[in-house]
Amino acid sequence: MDLGLSEEQEMLRKSARDFLRRECPKQLVRQLDESEKGYSPELWRKMTDLGWMGLVFPEKYGGSGHSFLDLAILLEEMGYDLVPGPFFSTVVLGGLTILAAGNEEQKTEFLPKIARGEMILCFALTEPTASYDAASVKTRAIARDGEYVINGTKLFVLNANVADYILCVARTKETRDPEDGITVFLVGARSPGVRCTLLKTLARDKQCEVIFENATVSERSVVGRKDEGWPMVKDILQKAAVAKCAEMVGGAQASLDMAVNYAKERVQFGRPIGSFQAIQHYCANMAMDVSGSRFITYKAAWKVGEGLPSALDAAIAKAWVSEAYGRVALSAHQIFGAIGFTMDHDLHLYYRQAKAGEIIFGGADFHRAVVAHELGL
Amino acid sequence: MDFRFSEDEEAFRREVRQWLEQDIPQRWIELDPGIWEETEESWALAREFQRKLGRKGWLAPAYPSEYGGLELSHMKRLVLAEELAYSRSPISIEVEITVNWVGPSIMLFGTERQKKEYLTRIASGDIIFCLGYSEPNAGSDLASLQTRATEVGDEYVINGQKTWCSYGHLADYCWLAARTDPDASRHEDISIFVVPMKTPGITVRPLINILNRHSFNEVFFDDVHIPKENLVGQKNNGWYQLVIALDFERSSIGYAAGNQRIIEELVKYVKDTTRNGEALANDPLVKNELAQLVVENEVARMMAYRIAWMFSKGLHPSYESSMSMVFVSEVMRRTANAGMRILGHYGELDRDSKWSVMNARIMRMCLSSLSIGVGGGSNEIQRNIIAMRGLGLPRK
Repeated sequence: MDLGLSEEQEMLRKSARDFLRRECPKQLVRQLDESEKGYSPELWRKMTDLGWMGLVFPEKYGGSGHSFLDLAILLEEMGYDLVPGPFFSTVVLGGLTILAAGNEEQKTEFLPKIARGEMILCFALTEPTASYDAASVKTRAIARDGEYVINGTKLFVLNANVADYILCVARTKETRDPEDGITVFLVGARSPGVRCTLLKTLARDKQCEVIFENATVSERSVVGRKDEGWPMVKDILQKAAVAKCAEMVGGAQASLDMAVNYAKERVQFGRPIGSFQAIQHYCANMAMDVSGSRFITYKAAWKVGEGLPSALDAAIAKAWVSEAYGRVALSAHQIFGAIGFTMDHDLHLYYRQAKAGEIIFGGADFHRAVVAHELGL
Repeated sequence: MDFRFSEDEEAFRREVRQWLEQDIPQRWIELDPGIWEETEESWALAREFQRKLGRKGWLAPAYPSEYGGLELSHMKRLVLAEELAYSRSPISIEVEITVNWVGPSIMLFGTERQKKEYLTRIASGDIIFCLGYSEPNAGSDLASLQTRATEVGDEYVINGQKTWCSYGHLADYCWLAARTDPDASRHEDISIFVVPMKTPGITVRPLINILNRHSFNEVFFDDVHIPKENLVGQKNNGWYQLVIALDFERSSIGYAAGNQRIIEELVKYVKDTTRNGEALANDPLVKNELAQLVVENEVARMMAYRIAWMFSKGLHPSYESSMSMVFVSEVMRRTANAGMRILGHYGELDRDSKWSVMNARIMRMCLSSLSIGVGGGSNEIQRNIIAMRGLGLPRK
């Protein structure tokens, strides 16, 4: 057992940290949060130059063949600095899906472009039911003359507003088993019949409504197997949950660091408020939450990377981190008091992310249900 | 990173498990004493088991071989601790105190003669210490203790009162903290002594715990004479020695494994039980509750693994141990409370009823888990440590 990072991982962490502190100041985060696109092509280019886009892709697809755990470490740092943009959608949701389930032609076409920073993807699964189960997939794709015609509404699709391609999860067959008959398509985001509307959200992340109205794709755009796409969706949701946990661990750590620094400086009653036991105990609880979150996330990320069965560990991690980040951000707000309740202060940026992170890819209750299922309940 | 145990460690786990299956006395399993529930009968069984464990080198596996240990790796010690806890072996607080606090302190601060005299007998399970730290007015503020040891000729004469001495009525020695210099400041006049419990002048009075069992004691010292050579380490250096020894405390390392067993039993219970014609396992609230326990216990386990891993890297955990301790103690309390909610009225029944479920483990745990999070430094003190040592928050 080795719970330490390798020298290479420490270097990755350090270089990411140094880069982001420099290149992703809160001023930029705010500016992008308020913008329509939500990302900076300049920052995107620089992140590409560092090799982040292709970090986990094999070299033959223009990547550098790093592990999923390495990606988690990078995401943790991105979460610390609240990097806005479609990295998660493109690399985790899009790239890893194509890498895991795409055919050779798709891999050769898409992965090198992602690695070069030339393509943005998004993943359209959820619909107005807003849940992550197969029964909620009502969007239909009907085969017609060697093509598929897609109709339906996808909701809460992250970064569809800037995506080049949408991975659309659609129903191609109706049977009694909702998990049967699901197919995933690569749909050009600007092709006819695809309409994207940006939603205004708490975290000011770029979630969209995407309406497919007789959008037509060729048979070649099927990713994985026709009608048998659900296991692949489940697999990517598992990875996404773990990857999101990593990002959330970074955000929770940042919230803790901010609160602790403030508690050391803020003087009331003639002494730093961090010397009061009430504040110390908040901080101790936050530190435990961050620490616990980090280790179970690493464990799940390590399992995913090793290709070991990770359904239980992923669910445990997301069930815990979903609530832990929220608790940490809330305590940080309590410590900052009134000043934290302003738009000028940075803390709300984390609080918003904590809430969005809690919900996406299933919240704590959803993942506890998965844990219960894994226990045979 | 690698979250796997090595082949060798897994083989060791199998070996321990197999040994425990054969060697935990049948009568112990029948008596099934939980924490703080030992009786004289179970105590005798436990001591016999601990001697057996000592012969395997597993009672004090970290000790050097010259003192009866195996110098076992930290990871194997973690494995051993997990298996002992999961199997509900006859090992409890008295062994933790003796093996993990007293022994390492003697190793670090004791004379050659003391090492020879005590360490081998600790590792063989022949002697047990009780802790003489707390006093009626010195709990969390331990440094305010008042018991005095006055140097008279070749002896120290001890006067004062200790309390919460776990199994003091059955222990062979007391590991005593007392004041030795009335003029020094409160951290600079404490010394540590080994006091045989049979020494004249010692009176032991029972404190009946919340489970209605005799586990704690008040111990009175009235002109108790002990030879000077029973001083451990330097005179007036006791506070420092005591703080170092608190960091040896690794008893929480196996707790998550013990708690896992309870959770597994609860899972089995809900699978086997129907209520209003419906399996309890189908109740979404029950599922949610049990899943949360599994999640929390996994976090607790990772925190414990971190401690073992840090030791294995030659690092010295301090606030990390406090985190692990606080977290697992609270998970255990929540497990007991979730268990009570799931069992409902059945959770209230003690063991003597034909209606009892899970051998009344949940109701017993509901009581016993109150002590975890108080003893050995309350969770408030542990949180202070996390805040000040771990996060660098100011004292004033």
